[in-house]
Amino acid sequence: MTTEPVISLRGVHAELGSRPVLRGIDLTVRHGEVVALLGANGSGKSTAVRSVIGQVPVTRGEIELFGTPRTRFREWARVGYVPQRTTAASGVPATVTEVVSSGRLARTRFGLFRKADREAVRRALDLVGMADRAKDSVDALSGGQHQRVLIARALAAAPELLIMDEPMAGVDLASQEVLAETLRRQVVAGATVLLVLHELGPLEPLIDRAVVLRDGCVLHDGAPPKAVGQHALPGHDHVHPHAPAGTEPIRTGLLS
Amino acid sequence: MEFLNYAFMQRALLAAVLVGITAPAIGIYLVQRRQALMGDGIGHVAMTGVGLGFLLSWSPVWMATLVSVLGAVFMELVRWYARTRGDIALAMLFYGGMAGGVMFINLTPGGSTSNLSSFLFGSLSTVSESDVTAICLLAAFVIVVTVGLRRQLFAVSQDEEFARVTGLPVRFLNLLTAVTAAVTVAVAMRVVGLLLVSALMVVPVAAAQQLTRSFAATFAIAVAIGVAVTIGGTVTSYYQDVPPGATIVLLTIGAFIALTVLATPLARRRARALAAAQPGGDPAECAIPASRSGGHGAVP
Repeated sequence: MTTEPVISLRGVHAELGSRPVLRGIDLTVRHGEVVALLGANGSGKSTAVRSVIGQVPVTRGEIELFGTPRTRFREWARVGYVPQRTTAASGVPATVTEVVSSGRLARTRFGLFRKADREAVRRALDLVGMADRAKDSVDALSGGQHQRVLIARALAAAPELLIMDEPMAGVDLASQEVLAETLRRQVVAGATVLLVLHELGPLEPLIDRAVVLRDGCVLHDGAPPKAVGQHALPGHDHVHPHAPAGTEPIRTGLLS
Repeated sequence: MEFLNYAFMQRALLAAVLVGITAPAIGIYLVQRRQALMGDGIGHVAMTGVGLGFLLSWSPVWMATLVSVLGAVFMELVRWYARTRGDIALAMLFYGGMAGGVMFINLTPGGSTSNLSSFLFGSLSTVSESDVTAICLLAAFVIVVTVGLRRQLFAVSQDEEFARVTGLPVRFLNLLTAVTAAVTVAVAMRVVGLLLVSALMVVPVAAAQQLTRSFAATFAIAVAIGVAVTIGGTVTSYYQDVPPGATIVLLTIGAFIALTVLATPLARRRARALAAAQPGGDPAECAIPASRSGGHGAVP
């Protein structure tokens, strides 16, 4: 296994509006690593991953993907992105297969689907245990099933790097186990993973390293912090009612 | 079928079929992006094109195409750069476009606002030979884009951020959607009219959705509804001497209401079938064990 950095951030600053959200963060994810980005609401963890995929402009610092400066990076088929799940439905019905097929476009030429592409879509659905729902409308799915579809969409292009924004948020226990198992198999197959998490939860055994952000700065970079006290109890739901609402606007990308 | 003997009716029916195909074909992406009223805005802008066509003695269809494409590009640029004040800029564009149309047509020697009315509400007898040529060429462009790039347009309209991360040229595809919508307005202008064109982009899609679960089926049924109502409206307009645009739109809304009524038992049957197919899944109704439920209204 090489130790070539797959993601590399050096002194990255970013703003939302005119409010600084990232204030010079360094982050390196090496080939085959599973790195969790932790922090409270508004700590900048979502903004950090969104800056990696080019959805948030960087005001200072450098970002590299697979050794290429992000602004010149074009091999997007190597990256699978799972956005934060939204409840906002699209204006027109779409089946699970149709949504997952979008993820395969990066591997096609002019969007023409061959047999191999259709098989890749079916395989991705199999991986998340949604093959039996392939022809159902995505509107008919539960939150956890919807999340599994979004992960299948990212896996359809067989990416080397998976970037996931809060994959466990609002996901039922059964789906959480499926997701953890899917991710485990991807890691065994050699995938590199960067995920934003609110807490480690059922993914804890998979995580090599945790990076904790606070107020747009890296607070901790190393072994995953051990949950203590009440936080360690199984089924503990970590809710922050005191977090000011709207500190970090949820930007869905589903047309603003 | 004696109406087929008249050349003007042959032209009108050909134009009507092309409108019935193209308007829902681009409309489905606008509905998916929740920009259902975009066609209406472009229709207003196209009025300036019609007015300029009269003033300069050029083809109103081609001038409307040119001006509405420019308007659509401007609308996309506003969406990129002026997020907060965008709606004000769009309002100025729409009403400026309408005022421009009225102004130019009145500046034309012998022109008056009454010349505009066949473009606003559609008119069968005025579809000329050259209009049909223009409509065929423009409709071909719309069909090539909406069918040929359906996967890309679907992905961008479904989740713009994800589409960008798959490396799709999102800005280009957004621009192409806007331009195609503008071209469709010019295609539909002669038959349904500028003020009613948006209805034919949106309502067939909304009607089709009552029956469908997939995007592909919604697309196919919306186009089928579009063709049925444009032909039906054109023929009705010939026999009853009523304006074609209004007839077509009322028929479309009728189709929407009929399908909505029809779909209610269908949805129920589908839900039952789904519940039956998943014996281990969630039961359709709450079943609290008797020992735990404290009767009606009891608070534990």
